[in-house]
Amino acid sequence: MNWQLLPQFVVTGLLAGGPLALTALGLVLIFKSTYIFNFAQGQLLLLGALFTWWFAVEAGFPLWLSIVLALVFSALLGFGIERFALRPMTGQPLLSIVLMTLGLSQALHGLALLFFGGAQRNFPQIFSAANPYKVTTPFIYNDNPIVIILKQNLVWSFVIAILGVLVIGAFFRYTHAGLAMRGASEDHELAQSIGLRIHRIFGVSWALAGVVATLGGVLLATSSGLDLSLSVVVLAAFPVVLLGGLESIPGTIVGGLLIGLSQGLVSASSLSMIRNTSEIMPYVVLLIVLLIRPEGLFGQKRIERI
Amino acid sequence: MLLLNNIEVIYSDVIQVLRGVSMQAPEGKIVALLGANGAGKTTTLRAISGLLRAQEGKVTRGNIEFGGQRIDNLDPENIVRLGIIQVLEGRRLFRHLTVEENLLLGGIARGGIARDLEQVYEYFPRLKDLRRRVSGYLSGGEQQMLVIGRGLMAHPKLMMLDEPSLGLAPLLVQEIFEEIKKMSEREGMAIILVEQNARLALKIADYAYVMENGRVVLDGPAAQLAENEDIKEFYLGLTQVGERKSYRDVKHYKRRKRWLG
Repeated sequence: MNWQLLPQFVVTGLLAGGPLALTALGLVLIFKSTYIFNFAQGQLLLLGALFTWWFAVEAGFPLWLSIVLALVFSALLGFGIERFALRPMTGQPLLSIVLMTLGLSQALHGLALLFFGGAQRNFPQIFSAANPYKVTTPFIYNDNPIVIILKQNLVWSFVIAILGVLVIGAFFRYTHAGLAMRGASEDHELAQSIGLRIHRIFGVSWALAGVVATLGGVLLATSSGLDLSLSVVVLAAFPVVLLGGLESIPGTIVGGLLIGLSQGLVSASSLSMIRNTSEIMPYVVLLIVLLIRPEGLFGQKRIERI
Repeated sequence: MLLLNNIEVIYSDVIQVLRGVSMQAPEGKIVALLGANGAGKTTTLRAISGLLRAQEGKVTRGNIEFGGQRIDNLDPENIVRLGIIQVLEGRRLFRHLTVEENLLLGGIARGGIARDLEQVYEYFPRLKDLRRRVSGYLSGGEQQMLVIGRGLMAHPKLMMLDEPSLGLAPLLVQEIFEEIKKMSEREGMAIILVEQNARLALKIADYAYVMENGRVVLDGPAAQLAENEDIKEFYLGLTQVGERKSYRDVKHYKRRKRWLG
């Protein structure tokens, strides 16, 4: 273990968990209100970032306006997906719908390639890369206090991501629209029988998922650059949602932090063999948790009456 | 208020379930809909509430009028907004939500408010004590109260209850039925009650229809039907006093046949 760097890696790992949580939130949103696992979330995220890039760099709008426009576009995209791809599938087995999202992910990927090309893009910097924050920790190593260095974008991405998750969480918990979404996911027919307009609810959920994805895409692109491979971050978000529980919004935060932390801890190892496992670490953690709690840490237990 | 005029319902374009059903449900009255399994009672309710669609069923003939407006083949969401609520069979609730959340959802179509909650708690005080509990863990009786309460939250002009007594203890059923009666009187609500428990249903109903094979075979004021020999025998399990019952005497088939004519 590289003790001197340990605090640095722990904090960086935790901070990296923020955007992961936000990415996972998109998946949870769709699952919570429609009971569908959305495999196209990564492509939504990629498209959101590409929209922002196009408005900011190609069209030359100010960055804040570009982000707003991208949010609007991705919300419309989400609406469109529900209306034209998923609504015709209503009443079909869940598996076919989930496979539909898998097909959608490929289609969206193709569209992104077609319209934006596959080149690596310079994404505009939102937070200054200079002047990283320096924090002195109370830990002593070789008679010197350990100082950890935090890039601004890492810190602010974390803050924005967590705020986003909290806002959406409050929306689900305390508003009537959120309540309707939670109800609609549980039983479509029952929801219709009490007058919920389930298609509108699903449309709004997909639009929200598009917005959340864009936010995540922008935060990730600004720290790691933008190309078509951005969509693979959802692969790290899968363990986050399964770990936190598929229906749980607080679970995405806890899951995101845990997965980020596990990656950070492994990176702090002095053995290169262990360091190199940081890519697969999320899945190792996931396996262990699923063995003990199949519904995830905060997922819903199936209520069965006997 | 509600008028069914000779409706036919066909599932998946081939299976005919209703073959010309006519009935009506006037304001403030309870109408019982009796019949054996598969007679078409639930299908009739679904035809009214528009929930047929989800099961690939369609009203192919006849019409359904509510307050003078044709509602056959409207969307269920819009039918609810006209003031018709179907309380589905089998105590269907949002099991992971709390009691209060379930109730609020019931009123959401018309912007549910706290005052409505109090009204429901007045009919079913037990729900008030349980309001923070996750509804999936309630007992059967409490769940039945909850689904009826949730229906009431929409302030319907017509509430359709599909077998509210299913699997409940007789005393509890009596209690729930009394509240149903009270509701229809106080709120001026029409109620259609689908029941297997014919004796209880006839006791609280004003009028009753008996269905068989997708047709209404008998109808009349509830008190009069309760005295009908066939009803007594087939649904209430009674025979003439003092006579010994033998299957040979029943001539089951013949007597049923007479209704169909």
